[in-house]
Amino acid sequence: MSNNDYDIISELRSKFGDHTILHQQQTKDGTPTIWMNRNDLIQVLKFLKNEITLPFKMLYDLTGIDERTRTKRDGQPASDFTIVYHLTSFERNQDIRIKVALTNGDTNIPSITTIWESANWYEREVFDMFGINFTGHPGLTRILMPKSWKGHPLRKEHPARATELDPFVLTDNIRDEEDANLKFNPEEYGLDTKSEDSDFMFLNIGPQHPGTHGLLRLIVQLNGEDIVNIIPDIGFHHRGAEKMGERQSWHTFIPYTDRIDYLSGVMNNLAYLLSVEKLAGIEPPDRAQVIRIMMSELFRIASHLVWLGTFAQDMGQMSPVFYAFNDRERIFDIVSAITGARMHPSWFRIGGVAHDLPEGWEKPMQEFVNYFPKRLKEFENIVIKNRIFKARTVGIGVFTTEEAIEWGVTGAGLRATGYDWDYRKKRPYSGIDKFEFDVPLGKNGDCYDRALVRMEEMRQSLRIIQQCINNMPAGHYKSDHPLAIPPRKDKTMIDIETLITHFVGVSWGPVIPAGEAMVPIEAAKGSNGYYLISDGSTSSYRTRIRTPSFPHMQMLPFITKGYTIPDLLAILGAMDFVLADLDR
Amino acid sequence: MKYVFIIAGVLLIALTIAAGLIWVERRLLSVWQDRLGPNRVGPFGLGQVVADTIKLFFKEDWVPPFSDRPVFVLAPGILMVTILLTFAVVPFGPNFYVYDSNIGILFFLGNSSLGVYSIVLGGWASNNKYSLIGAMRASAQMLTYEVFMGLSLMGVVMMADSFSFCKIVEAQKGGWFFIPQFIGFIVFFIAGIAETHRLPFDIPEAEGELIAGYHSEYSGMKFGMFFVGEYLGVTLISALIATLFFGGWLGPSFLPPVFWFLFKTFFFICVFILLRASLPRPRYDQLMELGWKVLLPLALLNLLVTGAILIFLK
Repeated sequence: MSNNDYDIISELRSKFGDHTILHQQQTKDGTPTIWMNRNDLIQVLKFLKNEITLPFKMLYDLTGIDERTRTKRDGQPASDFTIVYHLTSFERNQDIRIKVALTNGDTNIPSITTIWESANWYEREVFDMFGINFTGHPGLTRILMPKSWKGHPLRKEHPARATELDPFVLTDNIRDEEDANLKFNPEEYGLDTKSEDSDFMFLNIGPQHPGTHGLLRLIVQLNGEDIVNIIPDIGFHHRGAEKMGERQSWHTFIPYTDRIDYLSGVMNNLAYLLSVEKLAGIEPPDRAQVIRIMMSELFRIASHLVWLGTFAQDMGQMSPVFYAFNDRERIFDIVSAITGARMHPSWFRIGGVAHDLPEGWEKPMQEFVNYFPKRLKEFENIVIKNRIFKARTVGIGVFTTEEAIEWGVTGAGLRATGYDWDYRKKRPYSGIDKFEFDVPLGKNGDCYDRALVRMEEMRQSLRIIQQCINNMPAGHYKSDHPLAIPPRKDKTMIDIETLITHFVGVSWGPVIPAGEAMVPIEAAKGSNGYYLISDGSTSSYRTRIRTPSFPHMQMLPFITKGYTIPDLLAILGAMDFVLADLDR
Repeated sequence: MKYVFIIAGVLLIALTIAAGLIWVERRLLSVWQDRLGPNRVGPFGLGQVVADTIKLFFKEDWVPPFSDRPVFVLAPGILMVTILLTFAVVPFGPNFYVYDSNIGILFFLGNSSLGVYSIVLGGWASNNKYSLIGAMRASAQMLTYEVFMGLSLMGVVMMADSFSFCKIVEAQKGGWFFIPQFIGFIVFFIAGIAETHRLPFDIPEAEGELIAGYHSEYSGMKFGMFFVGEYLGVTLISALIATLFFGGWLGPSFLPPVFWFLFKTFFFICVFILLRASLPRPRYDQLMELGWKVLLPLALLNLLVTGAILIFLK
């Protein structure tokens, strides 16, 4: 990989000249990271996306950093606000991070929506959170915060707690203003209210609606029952998880991660901790790694079961949701036997997991592995093979591999188009490369194929769990690295050094060395990654949570045009999003 | 005086079954869905029916200010009235009917056409976009399915040589009509589900899409009338299937004829509920396609073949 890194940077140097690359930054995750001027940005990105051999086709993430109070910058160019473009090349299996510094109160930067349409929401988010003005953006408005919000939350001067503010009183005036803000005005979005021969209906679906699975608002422009356009209005579930990341210690942020994709529990812990451990240089022991894989795969099944049940329910099928939730309950029984909690165990720790596996854990786990394939077969018979179900999903919401990559789709959505990309195979983490499993692929990229891929993924997860049961390594469940929190206690009563480390680690929390890292994982819904910046303190300087649901939802208008309302439900169901994952 | 008793009896049976269905459906669904269902109020949760009814009566009877008030209030009543009227011609037993009309089937078809008004007007008067879409879907769906619902019954009429339900039952003494009229039975059954807009054909209400469709704005007993109307519809269609294709009150003589009629009706009600528990919902255009491209030709074919055979046998 490292050879490749220099390749891409020397390629850029030879193409644009040395002066373009202001600085080449070293990061803990080894992702080549370069700084450049905002004037060069567009042409470099265009080159990386379209002209270079083995191009960087996906805009994996786009975010900002408020650098004004950062102390350990290691010779990075001066910057008040940094905009970070994270690109992924699947052909190279490589990422590149491009940073642009904004200084002296000039917060303008050219929008890259002309290169990636998917940059639209990301740029709106950065505008919302940092007040950066993307010139040339087609509709730069707040996306997560309400229109009436004052200030930009992720700026360092913005308060992080309600207790830092005056008490909030909801007066009639404020209520009326907020109501007026939520009123939909088609002209604001450049939508026509009528076509040549008919008037359009604007149907407001959500934020409270049985088909949206949470607080999601979709404003649908309808011609009869045909969808002309959709304006997703998100942010109702925004809880400021990224801001909280800057407030909590490295250790106490773990429970917040559980609640990002609240259906996949500890898998969120894993994404976060892999990045933290990358920063700290901790390598968890084998046993901890295998336990982590096992629990993550268990939660993948749990998450897919919710998807399956609710998807069938969206298609009007009443019963599968109950069967699916019953089976999920079996998983939770195992999870609670091992971790003590059900949906949000927050059970992984920096350097390992919270406790060792309880005695006799193999028995219920093995029982589940034996029991579940039969149920999967049953689900296939009642849901997947049902002819009405097929009629509702085959050929609906189709997108191609190119479109998927263009819009930043990962996970089952990408694989359903027939593209073989699974972070567990391509960028193995936590020792997953030692396991045998297949990556199921679809062909047509429609809702039906997405369903097939997920069904098969559950089988593959079972295979992985079986291998975990058979080959659980002996050893400790937590690293003896001094930054592992809470530190191992076995030596604390023997020597004073360990006792001090233990005391500091538990009272302040660990001080993670300065640096930047992100480890993308294959979460249940797509690629999840925590881009963490440490300034050498007890809490993160910037926590960027890249979630799969965000780009997936952004794609919704693109893949629903021309379909009808029932198809919209099929597309939403097959997308498998979670509102907390979308809004964070 | 005899009429008063019979009318009271029929009303009592119909309404009790419809109300009891609230409990039956919830319990049966829960059995099929691996859960318990209502089992707290009274023995086996039977008191749930009473509790639900009392609750509906005491709910705030809210009429949305943006609605078309008179129509909004009238709509649920139409549904109840048309369905209850149809029960007048349904024979529960050899001498247990309100009126043996010689145009019984036409009376039923006419009434069920009137029932469409209830839904269309209710959806329209609600002045709500979801209700409107639901009402639009309902009118298209029910008009379509009315066409071959009528056609599917013509085979039975030909074989019995009468539109009267009593005569039709008596004509089945030699053998129930579901064997010679199997296609008619299937078509009528499907049309019946569509007519009562139950899952899988609950497209006018389509919970996941349209919240509650045409009755989104209804509450209290007005909602209750749509609700009970749906169950009355299910009961009616089941009763008609039993009457037209499964020999109505006919059955072994060790039990009274009314029992056989009710038993068959209840059986088909359970089939309705089982269908709801198991099938997904097709899309609106797929339903229309099924209606016009498959069921209508089938009904016509059935009519043609039945006619030809009957003429040949004469």
